[in-house]
Amino acid sequence: MEYWLPIIYMGIMGLALLIYVILDGYDLGVGMLVPFAEEDEKDMMIASIGPFWDANETWIVLGVGVLLIAFPIAHGIILTSLYLPVTIMLMGLILRGVAFDLRVKAGDHRRGLWNKAFFAGSLIASLAQGWMLGAYITGLQDSTTSLLFSALIALTLPALYLILGCGWLLMKTDGDLRNKAINWGRKAIWPMGLGLFMVSIATPIVSASIAEKWFTFPNALYLMPIPLVCVLCFGAIVRVLYKPSVLINGYSWLIYASTVLICLMASLGLAYSIFPDIIIGDLTIWESASSVKSLQFTLVGVVITLPVILIYTFFVYRIFHGKATALSYE
Amino acid sequence: MDFDPFVLARIQFATNISFHILFPAISVGLGWILLFFRMRFTQTGDKAWEYAYQFWVKIFALTFAMGVVSGITMSFQFGTNWPGFMEKAGNVAGPLLGYEVLSAFFLEASFLGIMLFGKDRVSNRMHLTSSFLVAFGTTLSAFWILSLNSWMQTPTGYYLEDGVVMVDSWMEVIFNPSFPYRFFHMLIACMLTSAFVVAGVSAWRALRNVDGPATWKVMKTGVMMAAVLAPVQILVGDLHGINTLEHQPAKIAAMEAVWETEKGAPFTIFALPDEKTKTNRYAIEVPYAASLILTHDPNGEVKGLEEFEGVHPPVAIVFWSFRVMLAVGGLMVLVAWWAAWQLRGKNTATKPLLYALSIMTFSGWVAVLAGWYVTEIGRQPWIVSGVLKVQDVVADHSSATLAGTLFGYILLYAFLLASYIGAIRHLSGKPAASLSLTAIGKPNTINKEG
Repeated sequence: MEYWLPIIYMGIMGLALLIYVILDGYDLGVGMLVPFAEEDEKDMMIASIGPFWDANETWIVLGVGVLLIAFPIAHGIILTSLYLPVTIMLMGLILRGVAFDLRVKAGDHRRGLWNKAFFAGSLIASLAQGWMLGAYITGLQDSTTSLLFSALIALTLPALYLILGCGWLLMKTDGDLRNKAINWGRKAIWPMGLGLFMVSIATPIVSASIAEKWFTFPNALYLMPIPLVCVLCFGAIVRVLYKPSVLINGYSWLIYASTVLICLMASLGLAYSIFPDIIIGDLTIWESASSVKSLQFTLVGVVITLPVILIYTFFVYRIFHGKATALSYE
Repeated sequence: MDFDPFVLARIQFATNISFHILFPAISVGLGWILLFFRMRFTQTGDKAWEYAYQFWVKIFALTFAMGVVSGITMSFQFGTNWPGFMEKAGNVAGPLLGYEVLSAFFLEASFLGIMLFGKDRVSNRMHLTSSFLVAFGTTLSAFWILSLNSWMQTPTGYYLEDGVVMVDSWMEVIFNPSFPYRFFHMLIACMLTSAFVVAGVSAWRALRNVDGPATWKVMKTGVMMAAVLAPVQILVGDLHGINTLEHQPAKIAAMEAVWETEKGAPFTIFALPDEKTKTNRYAIEVPYAASLILTHDPNGEVKGLEEFEGVHPPVAIVFWSFRVMLAVGGLMVLVAWWAAWQLRGKNTATKPLLYALSIMTFSGWVAVLAGWYVTEIGRQPWIVSGVLKVQDVVADHSSATLAGTLFGYILLYAFLLASYIGAIRHLSGKPAASLSLTAIGKPNTINKEG
């Protein structure tokens, strides 16, 4: 139990954060695209994420919650060292979240202001999350390389969110807006690809322990599927972006699904890279875990509620399945 | 001026949590009120209830969003500002917060989508169920967070191992001695806050003749709720006070500014408590009243602050917050009864009453904040009573960092609060029917090709 519980919680935390990235990622991506659309398209774009964003955002609360429940010492160390980016991210998420409502409730003369706030909030939160991820991977160091690496991920993650956002719009809209989404996708895919490529190169350089894990035989062989799948998915996205007839003929989910697969591979790679540490090179998951009794008590709740949460999340997505329509409270 | 980082960290936490609590204080009650409107419409088919729902669901959505985003800040703040709390008390705090996220946050957030935007996509029964689950989720969330807060006030069911809290009995942790009192006191506070918001905004709408019968139906709902609950709250508050006397006598001593232990202690209506001289200046007292209220015996003993030298909370702020809460509570009873009397069986009210109700719209906020200041500042210097002190768990940030982010938060919150009240004002001037299609997006953008 003492051995397995922290591993189980590590898995739950990883799952929650992965779901956060692929779900709130498209919300934030759409948010960053809003300024480039016409007025009525803005409404439609926001309508396409309206019923979901709140629940999507809850996954990061669960992710941080699991960190707190299972690894309280790491929770304190990580969040204390990420104090500024966390604060900035929170302010971004606050602006984004209230703008959903206020852009239509504060009066027409304020709509422009809240559209800007919606965009700014989405951008700020995405940049800050990227920075946090970068700082985490480099073991929360303050060195120049670590800062450069954080900056690199701070730019890559928003690009990934943009592609998720485009992929989402391709599924949920049609007509002019969908064509625009394809164009946006063509612009965002290259920075995303370049960013991911550079991150992959840079990670083993900034972290010797990660380099050792990846470039020893036969591990390297077993790990090959991870970069391979990423390259294939990236190729698929580029291909359909430049041959949109495929998208329109019933494959509109292809870009979103491929990006999700890239996220999945990246998180598997990350999990392999850091395990069994929770703070790289400093603290293992066992050293920072809560008492067995507390972990068991919460696990009962997780085992009961997590499947139920996934079921009703699926249910909500099915209710709002298909192309987005203007949202009304009717 | 040189600021102490510890003081700044506390001010920052107080700012964040004060801003956050404003919104759950409304949405916990408003969720149930909306469910009531929906059920009345389903039962009677009266269009007025439908309008009532249509108007208030918009304010609910806005309030809920404000609560969600300000609440995310809270979940990060434990780690960013108070890491020692999680290291030492994480075995209790973690699971309780975890259960809140798992059982309540996802539930309310997921079904909110259906409640707000799914009415034409699901059956009436499913929509009612979704509205119920949202209201239930908000209340369940209050259950968990108040359980944790109460445990920090009156910890039971634990033991210490190398200074780290370990759990003995989860039942004793969750249902700790002050939890039932604090939970019901807070739930009723939420109901009262939302009742006054509903009644106050409706009075404002009635003054402008918006929405006719629907406005009056809503106003009556709010007024009746308030008229019944305000006196109940005084009773529950009294029981809560007696419980506090038993478990946290230092807090009571500060609330009443009793410096020396005495029998037959007076209730001080007004005073300027002075911690240096340990006296109350300009005191106006009612003899025996404090003993009577707290012990239900005019000669009962009330412990004075002298018995808690060095480990009692700051006196003046707790003393005054308590009086502000009592005053607002008393005012709520008066206005609610006045309104209930005038509105019985008819849809008219005098202008002074309508103005009074409008002024009282956010009175619940004042009472809730004052009440929380009493209980939270009253717990000082402890973060977990008798176990862990606040100063031992604070993160090591510089004054500059804390002051900078605090300044940012205050600016953001002031802007958001103004926007929130401004939006309610803006919506209040419009009939519900004209708002029905302005949720997000306009009707002319519906699926161009389909």
